[in-house]
This record gives sequence, structure tokens and C-alpha cells, in this order.
Amino acid sequence: MRNYDVIIIGAGSVGIPTALALGDAGAKVLVIDAKPSPGQGENKHAIGGIRATHSTRGKILCGLRSLEIFSTWQTLYGDDIEWLQGGYLFPVYREIEETALKSILPIQKKHGLEIEFVGPDAVAAQMPGIVTRGLKGGTFSPKDGSASPLLAINAFYRQALARGAVFRFKEKIQKILTNGGRVTGVVTDRGDYTAPVVVDAAGAYSQPLGQTAGIDIPVIPDSHEGAITEPVQPFFKCMVVDLRPGTGPQNYYFYQNRHGQVVFCITPDPPIIGTDHRETSIFLPQVCKRMVSLVPRLQNVRVRRVWRGLYPMSPDGAPLVGWNSSVEGFFHVTGMCGQGYMLGPGIGEVAARAITGTGRADDDVILKEFSLERQFGGGEEALK
Amino acid sequence: METKRIEQHPVLAVPARQAVQFYWNGQAFSGFEGEMISAALFAGGHQIFGHHHKDGSPQGMFCANGQCSQCLVLADGMPVKACMPPLAAGMQVESVAGLPQIPAADQQVTTGDVPIQETEVLIIGGGPAGLSAAVELGKLGIDSLLVDDKDRLGGKLVLQTHKFFGSVADSYAGTRGYEIARLLEDELQTYPSVQVWLEATAVGVFSDRIIGIVQGNRYRLIKAAKMLVATGAREKMLSFPGNTLPGVYGAGAFQTLVNRDLVKCSERVLIVGGGNVGLVAGYHAIQAGIEVAALIEALPEVGGYKVHADKLQRLGVPIYTGHTVVSANGEDRVRSVTIAQLDSNWQVVPGTDRTFAVDTVLIAVGLSKVDEFYLKAKQWGMDVYAAGDAQEIAEASAAMFTGKIEGLKIARALGRHDGDIPAAWDEKARVLKSKPGPVVCREPAAGTEGVLPVFHCFQEVPCNPCTSVCPEKIIRTERDDITGLPYCTTEGACQGCLGCVAICPGLAVTVVDYREDPEQPVVTLPYEIWRDRVGKGQTIAITDDDGRILGEFPVKRVVANRKKYPGTLMVQVQLPRAIAKQAIGIRIQPDLDLDPDELYSSAPLPDEAVICRCERITAGEIRDAIQSGVRDMNQLKALNRAGMGACGSKTCRSMIWRIFQEEGVDLGEVTDRVDRPLFVEAPMGVLAGVPGGIGDA
Repeated sequence: MRNYDVIIIGAGSVGIPTALALGDAGAKVLVIDAKPSPGQGENKHAIGGIRATHSTRGKILCGLRSLEIFSTWQTLYGDDIEWLQGGYLFPVYREIEETALKSILPIQKKHGLEIEFVGPDAVAAQMPGIVTRGLKGGTFSPKDGSASPLLAINAFYRQALARGAVFRFKEKIQKILTNGGRVTGVVTDRGDYTAPVVVDAAGAYSQPLGQTAGIDIPVIPDSHEGAITEPVQPFFKCMVVDLRPGTGPQNYYFYQNRHGQVVFCITPDPPIIGTDHRETSIFLPQVCKRMVSLVPRLQNVRVRRVWRGLYPMSPDGAPLVGWNSSVEGFFHVTGMCGQGYMLGPGIGEVAARAITGTGRADDDVILKEFSLERQFGGGEEALK
Repeated sequence: METKRIEQHPVLAVPARQAVQFYWNGQAFSGFEGEMISAALFAGGHQIFGHHHKDGSPQGMFCANGQCSQCLVLADGMPVKACMPPLAAGMQVESVAGLPQIPAADQQVTTGDVPIQETEVLIIGGGPAGLSAAVELGKLGIDSLLVDDKDRLGGKLVLQTHKFFGSVADSYAGTRGYEIARLLEDELQTYPSVQVWLEATAVGVFSDRIIGIVQGNRYRLIKAAKMLVATGAREKMLSFPGNTLPGVYGAGAFQTLVNRDLVKCSERVLIVGGGNVGLVAGYHAIQAGIEVAALIEALPEVGGYKVHADKLQRLGVPIYTGHTVVSANGEDRVRSVTIAQLDSNWQVVPGTDRTFAVDTVLIAVGLSKVDEFYLKAKQWGMDVYAAGDAQEIAEASAAMFTGKIEGLKIARALGRHDGDIPAAWDEKARVLKSKPGPVVCREPAAGTEGVLPVFHCFQEVPCNPCTSVCPEKIIRTERDDITGLPYCTTEGACQGCLGCVAICPGLAVTVVDYREDPEQPVVTLPYEIWRDRVGKGQTIAITDDDGRILGEFPVKRVVANRKKYPGTLMVQVQLPRAIAKQAIGIRIQPDLDLDPDELYSSAPLPDEAVICRCERITAGEIRDAIQSGVRDMNQLKALNRAGMGACGSKTCRSMIWRIFQEEGVDLGEVTDRVDRPLFVEAPMGVLAGVPGGIGDA
């Protein structure tokens, strides 16, 4: 079959949940990906954190919905995706972070996020062994959590298949077909497919994808390195985010997954622009210094593997979701800025409703916030 | 207290070592300072080091090489591989039940920078290839750094108690492996431009062309203009139920335990695989006082050198060709092993199952290259070279040549050597890598007068020490070729010096001396097992080439040239003329009582075999995933974690490919897994430059 209602480009963190949501709405969906199986782009490079701890309404709402999907998945579908409700902890040692985090508490609470600024003892209770000298406290959002990106994407994939979605792997998009300013389908290296709607869920590769239709999509990928340790007896459950900048990198974050493995990542500064996935020798000494300085007992945990993944960055650090203004029928769900895994299920539903014309009241607010037509000159999202 | 130490060895000298006290699960034991923790545990009779956190399965030794993670223990609270760190006085060693608990060491730490050190050449691996390359680079004064993860140089040479094949002039033929290691090391020490780091594990090659190395408790980064990967090989594993029980390990791991660590890790073994590694391991077992119940080989013939197979059979080890292992049996460790015959379609013939009571099963079914460093360096566009098994699996003698060749290639690439690589080296390397020829039948040379050597050498292998050692120059090889079979020319007369008996790596030369009594000539037999079995006057069973007993005869004399040929005894017996030229072996191992100690009537299904040992993923789980349509090894890993464990799929990868093949999948459709550093786990504190830790103890 070559004719579909919707063609999604990208079988990753965003594309597959979107396919699932569209399948729920009864759409005939085709998902195309150059990789050989689900989640083999950036999804598998995600470390697994899922939060609604954001600073804008759209992201908080999408995050809350994602949390609901991840946390209820096993009950609904039976697959264990290693969901762990451990919360997100932002420990604070300096006034600057204290002020910044406290300033966004009102908007976070207003949109339904459970979060408090807690004292040093409560922080130390969440993260045993954390250095308490100079610790001022921190924010803690207990409903946030983590799950395995590897298991989750495959679980979403199975449900998308069950809803009739068709997947074409190892197929490269060559061109988005348009006729009279309207999308008509795509051409791949293996054939042509037609559909009135094409969804850009290409993440880090959205810009070159758009170029095939003569559109400039403002997504510039940059690269982050991650790593995982051997499993050790669980001693903490939360994601710890240390916002303090270091020399070289900025913030870093880590948690312990259901297997007992500590998974971590650091934000390079200046950003490493491009699609270079190659591991470097700089990352491990850099991030390990920060982590053992914060939690000394981590020094005895052995690092098992490192990798590098891409953040599809939008100009202001917030997602790009909505219809393209110059090519009709072309819908973007991209620019997740490294949060595709945690936002994908929530945003996928918003996108599916927009595509099928069944949007809800909140959706308009979300889509306005994530619009490609927004002014990018404004302030960046505080917790991108 | 029971000790499993090897206190006497027919070939190896047992060094005097400093005894220290350590604690195993709180109980005091004695070990030797500096030996591997695993050796001390084995010596105390402990072979179960812990239980897997996923399914509680018993865990113990497997690779003995720092590559897998099966021997995980806690040493002073820190999770470590028991086979790697040296034992220290007072060390608290604990078994790991489930996941290790990391110590709550909450004192603030100081971190340090990890400086980048530059060198012209980095050599990873100090085995025969790495050492030989380093010598060539040293001769040219090229600034080189050789790193090896063990506490001594030599790689697998240090495990080889047998004499090497090849040629005396070029590759130390006739010399025992561990002595070759020492000779190479001595030579290397004369070249000051080569620096050696021991107990230094390369953990990753990064895209900025920097190599990460963990030495003790320090992380070091190396930037090298050229890199030589001489990391050797790792052992392949087989899929059968019970394949992860403590007591199932690679033949190389076994050699490490008996020949390096000098622990008698078993009472009775069965060996799977008739290549040289399996055959030699059987021989090493007997030298260590361990019975060999049998050696089995799936093919119709053993693949290793015939002289190695003959040596085993003469000692009394049965070799079953056309057989496979069905299961290793036991709850907590190997108690028995079941084998069965294979038909021409590689299927088990029903009703041919036989169970042997053994405590150990050695797997010697081939080697695969340790090439992750090479492949990563290539991927990053580095100027990288490989030598030895990391280049092509072959004998250690060949590895010395490829090491020399690659060493010189590097020197040329650096512009430090303008000569050519000697063409003869390539040729020699090629010959040394050659497979053994077909077995031929040959009558011994005629003549029953005077004294003459008799060659029990019936298969062409690259080997000629007998020709070099003969003072009369009457021993030659056919075509004067190193692979030609030896013979005696008539251009001189043997004086009975016994040099050829003493040097032959295959123990395949005797000297028959008719001068004293032509009807009862004196036959000199090579022998390198226990001295006390061949005392003067003692009756010994003499065998022919195939291990058949020709009769029992008293020992007339035992001679040896300890200095020149350490470890080789020459046992002289007077034999009837009719069998004098047939005699070659001395039966040592009695016929074993092979009745099984228990019957396994309900053989477990092959799908219960564990493929990924780190994550305990079975053949059945992998087969199910493949049958559901998975064609990407990365998706397989995502779904069931096969290959995601500590070792990074070093053991299971080839077995997973095999299941794809068994399922009839076109392998061209299958996406291979992506490999990433670290290739060996490293503590965060070490990576962060925190001083202290186990290496500083």
C-alpha cells in the first residue's frame, strides 16, 4: 500500500508516540526511518528522566501528560518499561540558583506541578551522601521519574503496530513531495508514498528534511555525552540536577535506574554544534569530577559505557510544534531540545489532535507556545 | 585447612612468596601477597564467588583475564574482578550476593586533572606480538610506551609450559613459552626508549585520538602518533545448558589458574575442543596433577597438531571425535558433564549420551580477535596497526613475527627506518601461521645397529629444532623446508647425544641405542610429567604412537640437561628389539572410573543455555526475539539487554550471530551492535583523579 492518511518521518521518541496517538484516532499511519529499528536515532541516547518540572505552561502540561502515560503504562498495557517514580531534585548551594528556582515555583504550581523548595535535610534524605556543607536546600518534585527509553520506545512501537501503523525502516527520505503549496507525500530511496499530511518528527535532522521542501526549520543539533555505570544496590531514586556551571561544562544530572545503574549526562559549554556522535576523552574526567565532588561515595562506582547524543535545539530552547505556514499539510513535532523522550508522549497526543482537528482547550495554549511562528527573541526557557 | 596450591610442578619453578592473611566473608585465610584475589580464593577451595543479582545463579571464574565480570567480589568494600587486583595483607574480600553495596564514603574528596601524555608509539598488550614490536622500536630508539593489564609481561606466553614449535633461529623453537617471555623482556630492558606500564588497562580509544588507560587507581590519557594493538585473542564460548556454572571455563582461563597462579583448580576435567589450545590445556592439566576424563571434538578429527594429540593419548587421555557437549550438570557448580555423539548433520545421535563425573569443563572451541581498540582507532582515522592474534589468530611464534613486522612498519611510517621490511619475515610469518598438514603414515627408518633417532612425527607443522640441535648435522627435514618431516641422512652417524629427544616440542623423537645389547636396545623417551613416577627401577607402561600399551618395563636410567632443557626428562628403558622403534610414550593416567555420579535423564533443553552471561539472557529468549522479527542487534539489546552487561558482549556476540543463523535469517539483513567505550569498567573516582583507592593501598 502506498496511500496513507499521515506519513510520519522519524520512528523515535516523538514519531512513535505520535503514530500511536494518531492510530487511536483511527488514522492510517506510515512511519519511515532510515535506522533499522525503533528508537535507534537519539531515543536510545536519552538517559531516561521524565519530568514536568519546567517553567512554562505548555511544557508543564505536556510533561504532566507524559508522566501520566509513562506511570500508567504497565497497568494499561502490561509491559514493564522500568518506570521509577523518584522525583527530580535540584540541590542548591548558591543564592543565584535559589532565586531562579524559587521564582518559577508559582507558575509550576499554578499549572498543577507538585513541587516544593525543601531544606538541606530533605535534600540529603533524597540523595544520601550528598555534600551538606553549604547546602541551602533545593526543589523537589516527587511525581517526576524515570523509565527505560529502550523499553518504552519498543512498548510504544508495539501499541502503534497494534493500531495499524505501518513502519518502514532502513528507508531514507529523499524528498517531501508538494503540489501547489500542499504536501502530497514523500519519496524515499525505496519508493514513493502519498498522504495529505506529512509529520516532521525528524529531531536533529529536521533542518535537512525541511530543505527538501524548500523550508528552513530552525533546528540546530548539538551534542551531549552520557554514560552509565555498573549496577550497584539502589541508594537513591531521584534525578539529581546540579545547575551550577563548571569550568567548561554547565549543569549535569544523574539518577539510578531500576537495575541499580547510575546514568548521567553533562551539558557542554560552549555547545558542540553538529551531528558528531563520537565519544571523546574529555567527558568522563569532567563529569566524574563534578559528580564525586557532589556525592563522594559515587567514586566507588565503576563506569561501564559512554555515548553521545544529539539535542535538536530550537532557537529559544522550547519545542517546535504545529502546521508549517508555507507548505500546507506539513506538520512539525520537532526541536525538543533534548526532551523528546520525556515530552514525546504528551506532545504526540497534542499533535495528533491538531492533525485530526480534535484539539482541546489547553491545546491552543500549548500550540501557541510551541508555534514555529513565535518570536524567538524572547527569554529562554529557564529549565531547558 | 585444605590447600589447592600446586607445590611442585614438573616444569615450572614454584616461587617462594610472602604469605599474608586476608578475610573471605569474615573468615581469616592465608594467601600470597600480590597474587590475584581469585588465586587466593581458589587455593582455599572457594570457587563460588557470589550469586547473580538477577537470578541468584552461582558465579565464579570464567575468563581469568579481566574481561568478563563473572568473578565479581567486594575487596575492602569496592566491587572488583577477583582475577585482576593483587591481594594485600588484611584485605577484606566478600562474596557478592545480588548487587554490590558501595561503601558510604561520604568524606569530601579532592579531584585532580588527568594530564595528557604524549608518546610516539603506544603498544597495547605485552604478549609475544607487543614485546617483539617493542624490541624492534627499541632498537631504533623510538619513544614508545607499552601497556599491559597484567602484573608481568609475556601475555599468554607466561602460561605456556610447553616448548615452542617453529625455528630455533627465528622464533625460539624448543624453548618453553614462559621462558620466551623472559627472554623478550630481558631484551626489551636494554632499550631505554621503550617505557613499560604494567597493571595498566586500556579502557577506551576516543575520537579525539586519545587513549584512556587505568593504571592502579590512576587514570591516564595518552596521545600517540602511532598505535599498535597487540591485545591477543579471547576465547569463544559454546551454548549448552549449564554453560555458566562455576567450573565451566575457557581453556586459557584454566591455564592461567594452573600455570600462572599455580592453583589446582580441579580434580578432574573434560575438555571440549581438539585444537591446539584444548590439547595443550589437557597436557597442562596432567602436569598440574589433574585428571583428564576425556577430550571431545565435534569434527571427525582433532584440528590441532597431531603431536599434541598424541602426547595426550599416550598419557592415557581418551579423545572422542564426532562428539559434542550436551550439558554441564550441577546445582551450585559443575558436578558432571554429559556428552553425545554427532551425526553427519551435526545432530545429536539419540541414545549416545554419556555422563562423566568431572568438576570442570574446559571450552576450547576457538579464539576471536580482541579488536575493539583497533576498530575504534580505525573509525577515528588514527594510524593504527595490529599484530599477533589481534591481527590474525595463529600460534605465538607467528605473533612474534607479525609483531616484528608491524613494529618495523611503524618505524618506517615515522620516518625512522628507511630499510625495507625483510621479505623473509613475511614469508616466515606466513609459514608459522600455516595449518598442520595431513597425517601421513611412515615406517621408521631401517637399521638395527649403533644408535639412531626415531621420529614419531607424522604431520607437517612449521618446526625444525631437531635439525638445529644435531651436532652431527644428520637430521634434516624433507625438502629442507621448515614444515617438512624430519629424517636422518646417511652422511654421518648419530653419536647418541639425545639433543633431539630433549628439544623436540612435540615429544616425538626417541633415540634407540643397539650398541650395548642389540636384542634389548636402550630406548630414550622424552617425558615431562611427574618425576616420582619414573624413578630408576620403577615399572612403567610404555605406549606406541596412539597410546596403546606395548608392555610394562623397568626404568633403567633417567637423564636430563636441566640447564639447557629444563623440565624435560629423558627416561631410558631396555625394550625388546621388536617394539623398540614403536615406543614413544609413558602412560601416566590410569583408566578412569568414568561411571557418572548421577544420571541426567531429563536433559535440559538447549534453549535454557545462557548466551549473555552478564545479563543472564538465554538462547530461548534471543530466539523468541528473532522469531518476532528483530533483525537489529541494538534492538535485541534494547528489548532484553543481551550484550548490555559488564563485558560489552565480548562473549555472547558470536553466539547471538549463530542463533540468527540457526533461525535461517540472512545475516546480511542483520544490523550489528554498536560498540562503545569503556571496554573495561573504571571507577568514577579514578576517572575524576581522586587519589587513594585500592591501587594506593
